[in-house]
Amino acid sequence: MAEPDSGTVLTARGITKRFTGALALDDVTFELKRGEVHVLLGENGAGKSTLVKVLAGVHTPDEGELTVNGRPVRITSPHRAAALGIAVIHQELTLVPELSVAENLFLGRLPRRFGVVDRARMLRDAVPLLDRVGLRVDPARPVRELGIAQQQMIEIARALDLNTSVLVLDEPTAVLTETETDRLLEIMAGLRDQGVGLVFITHHLEEIRRVADRITVLRDGRSVAMLPAGASVQHMIEQMVGRSIEEQYPRRAGEPGEVLLRVDGLTREGAFRDVSFEVRAGEVVGVAGLVGAGRTEVVRAAFGVDRYDSGTVEVGGKRLRPGDVRAAMRAGLGLVPEDRKGQGLVLTSSVGENLGLVTMRSATRAGFVDRRGQRRRAGEMASALRVKTSGLDQTVRELSGGNQQKVVIGKWLLADPRVLVLDEPTRGVDVGAKVEIYELINRMTAAGRAVLLVSSDLPEVIGMSDRIVVMAHGRVAGELPARGATQDRVMALAVQERAVEEMSA
Amino acid sequence: MTTATARRGPDWRRHASENGALVALIALVVVLAVLRPTFLTTQNLLNVGVQAAVVAVLAFGSTFVIVSSGIDLSVGSVAALSAMVGAWSSAEAGLPGPVALLLGLATGVVAGLVNGVLVAHGKLPAFIATLAMLSVARGLTLVVSQGSPVATPDAITFLGSNLTPHLPLPLIVMLVVFGLTALILNRTYAGRSMYVIGGNEEAARLSGINVKNQKLVVYALSGLFAAVAGMMLAGRLGSAGPQAAVGYELDAIAAVVIGGASLSGGVGRAFGTLVGALILAVLRNGLNQLQVNPFWQQVVIGVVIALAVLVDTLRRRSSR
Repeated sequence: MAEPDSGTVLTARGITKRFTGALALDDVTFELKRGEVHVLLGENGAGKSTLVKVLAGVHTPDEGELTVNGRPVRITSPHRAAALGIAVIHQELTLVPELSVAENLFLGRLPRRFGVVDRARMLRDAVPLLDRVGLRVDPARPVRELGIAQQQMIEIARALDLNTSVLVLDEPTAVLTETETDRLLEIMAGLRDQGVGLVFITHHLEEIRRVADRITVLRDGRSVAMLPAGASVQHMIEQMVGRSIEEQYPRRAGEPGEVLLRVDGLTREGAFRDVSFEVRAGEVVGVAGLVGAGRTEVVRAAFGVDRYDSGTVEVGGKRLRPGDVRAAMRAGLGLVPEDRKGQGLVLTSSVGENLGLVTMRSATRAGFVDRRGQRRRAGEMASALRVKTSGLDQTVRELSGGNQQKVVIGKWLLADPRVLVLDEPTRGVDVGAKVEIYELINRMTAAGRAVLLVSSDLPEVIGMSDRIVVMAHGRVAGELPARGATQDRVMALAVQERAVEEMSA
Repeated sequence: MTTATARRGPDWRRHASENGALVALIALVVVLAVLRPTFLTTQNLLNVGVQAAVVAVLAFGSTFVIVSSGIDLSVGSVAALSAMVGAWSSAEAGLPGPVALLLGLATGVVAGLVNGVLVAHGKLPAFIATLAMLSVARGLTLVVSQGSPVATPDAITFLGSNLTPHLPLPLIVMLVVFGLTALILNRTYAGRSMYVIGGNEEAARLSGINVKNQKLVVYALSGLFAAVAGMMLAGRLGSAGPQAAVGYELDAIAAVVIGGASLSGGVGRAFGTLVGALILAVLRNGLNQLQVNPFWQQVVIGVVIALAVLVDTLRRRSSR
């Protein structure tokens, strides 16, 4: 890499970081200029988050050299990072929901007068900070009343202050809708024009095309390439995965068989109304719709997690008792929930334990769990799914997002459900692991099982489903075959519900 | 991150870092043995064991609760109530000793089940539900006893006796209950579920674990173990006292936490708890042997609890 010139704000050279023997970063080189958006691209587990944590002062590197504005530095704590002008937005938001916008902005440095918080000044000072990220909200409002996108803007506003020269954003768009993402990308462009250097992590190649100036690709903890903004998607994927991926959506449909899952007239006041659909053996049915259309609510109710007011759910012709997860499981239904960490994994437990969660009951004889058998099956599943781990005893918390998702899916595959519901199975998962998950879907349906695929990723729903059910405002707005479906047609259904309601009224 | 590699250091180092409490216990014993040669006599070590036994048995019950991310503040009171019911059934109601013993155990289970119902079905925070039970059980103990100690029947006194001069039964009970706890935690469905519920209750539910029922099991076990501890204590003294085991719940929790369990759930082992209880007993015994002022002993024990958890937290942080 070139010698740092006056435009360089941050460099990292030969950064190496080991965790209990595993090499997380291996001789990584990275350079950030003033007024550029520099994307860090790589699969889950490639070392992006570790590099971010090194810059944020959360981890100190074992080897290597960091400079800020040409001076060598040691970033020993988050506090030190902030003092050096490095602001980091982590994946998880760190706001206090009960406090006001202004209080969150000044958390830890509330303006005080005679030892008492100066509320008037705090509210006044909040306005320019909010302006900088283009957010128009009342600074006195509690943060919990705001949407996730607005909360993220507040997080950014808080991180920025006058001497911030580096802003690191770790997958900020993963939780945002399309319009919210647009807004964020605009703000990023604005900050770039103000001379801030931005480090941006995202899995959406489309966003990279729109905003990136340069791209550094990480693979297996190494910085393998630096690409210019115009690099082709194909080239980026090749660099990231280390091989070329033939097909992004390798769906192989077969002849659908008998109906395995029938949802009929499912209704819960205020959440969803009169939802009906069928899933046949060997079929993948996609459920598309805007965020808040009620998709997750419907599948959770069908699986017995939440109650519903009326309607029925049948699996293999047998009606399920409402609100009974175990009855749904016995009938052959499985659910991979949307929120991996919150609902899918036991982060304090090992990979092996997590893989055995669903089958633990059936592996129990007279109260005793057959742990040897559980472990053997977990081992087989881990290698079948190619989970990247140092062993079954590794804590699942230490795995990357994509590998964690494989564990959640794996625990269900071990139970061999007849119908598996996947709710946003590839969110925050890298390209390579995505294709592996798609192959799993193919294998399930080839074996006569069925998959209900809930996803906000339209190309994914269209590419991997056989039929698509589109939901809007808690209702089924329409159903269409995936073959020949376009994003426009699905979107048209997803937003048209009001008109339908008016016509039928 | 690389794929499968041997990534840990030598075995003894791993064991030392995983069993920080054990290292501390050994260090404590060595120091005391050097300062007071009488510490290592058989008689004194047996004393330490007997002193540890009651707290250890309470703490094994608390291990289930803490692993599943709950807390049980009532174990001291439940221990006293169970022993009192056992003693009263024999001395006042005239029931045969073994029946009285079983009634005592049943009392513990019922108290635990009430805790469990309040927590699992009533959605009360465990802290509040068991705080209420702490008060109710202590009050019932006073009601039953009318405020005076009640003599224990032979069946209960036996629990506190010595089989031979060098074989106190409480020591054996402690080891048996330890084995049982390890077996439950490591091998049974109920035990494995405790780790899952403590680690992530929602994931447990979505994986088909009946969280409510499993919580009932957890608190019932805690109540049962409290009853065993209570009767062991009463048996040792020959009578069940209305003020027996006051404050023991805190020693039990301290033992579990010193043993490496996390109050946020999902982590904890039977062996750790055993070591934790032994550390508390060795420390008390050692401070007595060194003739440290009893008022200062409390200060020392408090400092040790804080240090144990602090060291553990720092070690975990540096290994991540």
